[in-house]
Amino acid sequence: MTKRDWQSITLSAVLLAVAACLPLTGDAYMLSIGITIAMYAVLATSWALFSGPTHYISLATAAFFGLGTYTTAIGIENGLNYWVTLPIAAVLGAVLAVLVGLATLRLSGVYFVIFTLGLAELVRQVVTWGQNLSGQKGLYVLTDITEVHIYWQLLVLAAIVYLTGWAIGRSRLGFALRIIGDDEEVARHSGINTSRAKILLFMVSGATAAVVGSILAPRYIYIEPALAFTPMLSFLVVIMALLGGTGRLWGPLVGVIPFTLLWEAISSSFPNQTTLLLGLSFLVIVYLLPRGFVGLIESGKRKLREREAFA
Amino acid sequence: MDILITGLLLGGTYALIAMGLNLQYGMARIMNLANGEFLVAGGFAAFWFYTAGQVSPLLTLFIVAPLAFGLNWLIYVVMLRPLVKRAKSHGQLEVDAILTTFGLAFVSVGIMLALFGGDYFSYSYLARPITLIGDTYALNRVTAAVAAVIICGGLWLWLNRTRAGMSIRAIAVDPKSARLVGIDVPKLSALAFALGGAVTAVGGALISTFLMLDASTGVLFTLKALVIVIMGGVGDVRGTIVAALLLGILETFVATLIDPGLTLAAAYLLFVLILLFRPQGLFGRRTT
Repeated sequence: MTKRDWQSITLSAVLLAVAACLPLTGDAYMLSIGITIAMYAVLATSWALFSGPTHYISLATAAFFGLGTYTTAIGIENGLNYWVTLPIAAVLGAVLAVLVGLATLRLSGVYFVIFTLGLAELVRQVVTWGQNLSGQKGLYVLTDITEVHIYWQLLVLAAIVYLTGWAIGRSRLGFALRIIGDDEEVARHSGINTSRAKILLFMVSGATAAVVGSILAPRYIYIEPALAFTPMLSFLVVIMALLGGTGRLWGPLVGVIPFTLLWEAISSSFPNQTTLLLGLSFLVIVYLLPRGFVGLIESGKRKLREREAFA
Repeated sequence: MDILITGLLLGGTYALIAMGLNLQYGMARIMNLANGEFLVAGGFAAFWFYTAGQVSPLLTLFIVAPLAFGLNWLIYVVMLRPLVKRAKSHGQLEVDAILTTFGLAFVSVGIMLALFGGDYFSYSYLARPITLIGDTYALNRVTAAVAAVIICGGLWLWLNRTRAGMSIRAIAVDPKSARLVGIDVPKLSALAFALGGAVTAVGGALISTFLMLDASTGVLFTLKALVIVIMGGVGDVRGTIVAALLLGILETFVATLIDPGLTLAAAYLLFVLILLFRPQGLFGRRTT
């Protein structure tokens, strides 16, 4: 590892330690915003792990998230320990990702987008149908886990995701994915098993989202399909990740923090205009910020350097 | 038998919507995820004209179609053409188009929510029974299906018998070669996109006579139309119609015999089967 790597690892560890101190302020509102930010940071970063290099836009985050939430809820109802449900959720998330990947990732990207667009709705319909058959409406998740625990768990998960992302970026798999993103044809001709690489990464992304769902299940207390599989979640994750920029590992985080704060402010003062805002954010990203904040920062840096070179 | 005919009637209307999307995706090469919102907007227009002025939804079509045509043409020229020019590859255009039209979809849902609120809207038009081959059906469903068949037939004739239609089909096959034989690709792409939007909005006005819609149902119709287009083969009119009828029958089958809440699941089942076994579409040839 180079000196730079050590520097960035130390910096991340310090930032994480600072973030972990947030509950010490004792402010419940700050903590709940902190949980939301940590949740979206994990979701958006793991989303970008897959969609960043490959440019395959996944709209399925809500499906994995809901799967995780339901795994924990059903597990606890049947007497399982909460901590056991987390790895189960991860495995189920990975399995769902493999199934989706096998059906769509061997083909062109559009099929994948369309399929993931409806996946959350599909799972929701099936779960609702299953509940109608058994006569249940929703599930209670009663644990002694508090908001602070949820927050710290999310931070640990975030650390794991960043380390995984960093490791993937240095591995053969990460290299293969960048080639796929540049030109899939070239990747295939240079002997990369493109569908295997894509499915592997999608598994990481799906498993992470499922674990996030499990971790947050105790926060909701009462779970029903419309809540666990809300499609809005998928769209917000895509917007935040793209807003930050998917070219760098820390990119999504740069988008998550301002957007979460903005979203909280807007949805509390104009609750009926959130859909409109969501749409406008997509348009802003495509037309004004095609490479996200990261792109802005980097072109700013380049300009500075050029100016110095001339001086 | 009952299910079969109800399914065929539903499928007829689906065919119209999917034709609209096929014109946009197959011919103009824009994956329009805001397609369903235009459908809902068409439905809203029909609803509004019927309740406010007692105008028959069948007459409203003649207002909805040119309006949707103009609006979609504007969207293409103002918003999508810069993306077409900016895109370095087909893949990049696809990503940009998906994000843009997705954004547009949310903006239109937001506007419709602000204008009409989030309630379901429905009105009663031609809600009379009619007897066909021994069974009774709602007259509005039959009317909608007949109108859809007429419009689909007209489109098919236009695409196969006129110069503009033939050129658009040439673009669907290969935009680069189409330019070489003197076809004005940018102009005709805009035309195809606008026409697709108009067809979808007309489909929406027809559907609103027998289905309840609300501001946010658009995305479900977008999904169904996408499944149909992929199943029928991108750019293939005949395939689209067959696929739409199949989906209509399957959906009615599932809704009547298993659970009405599972219609999307039914569409997805079909989608997965197609992706696994015939990703090139029902009548498509495998590309090498």
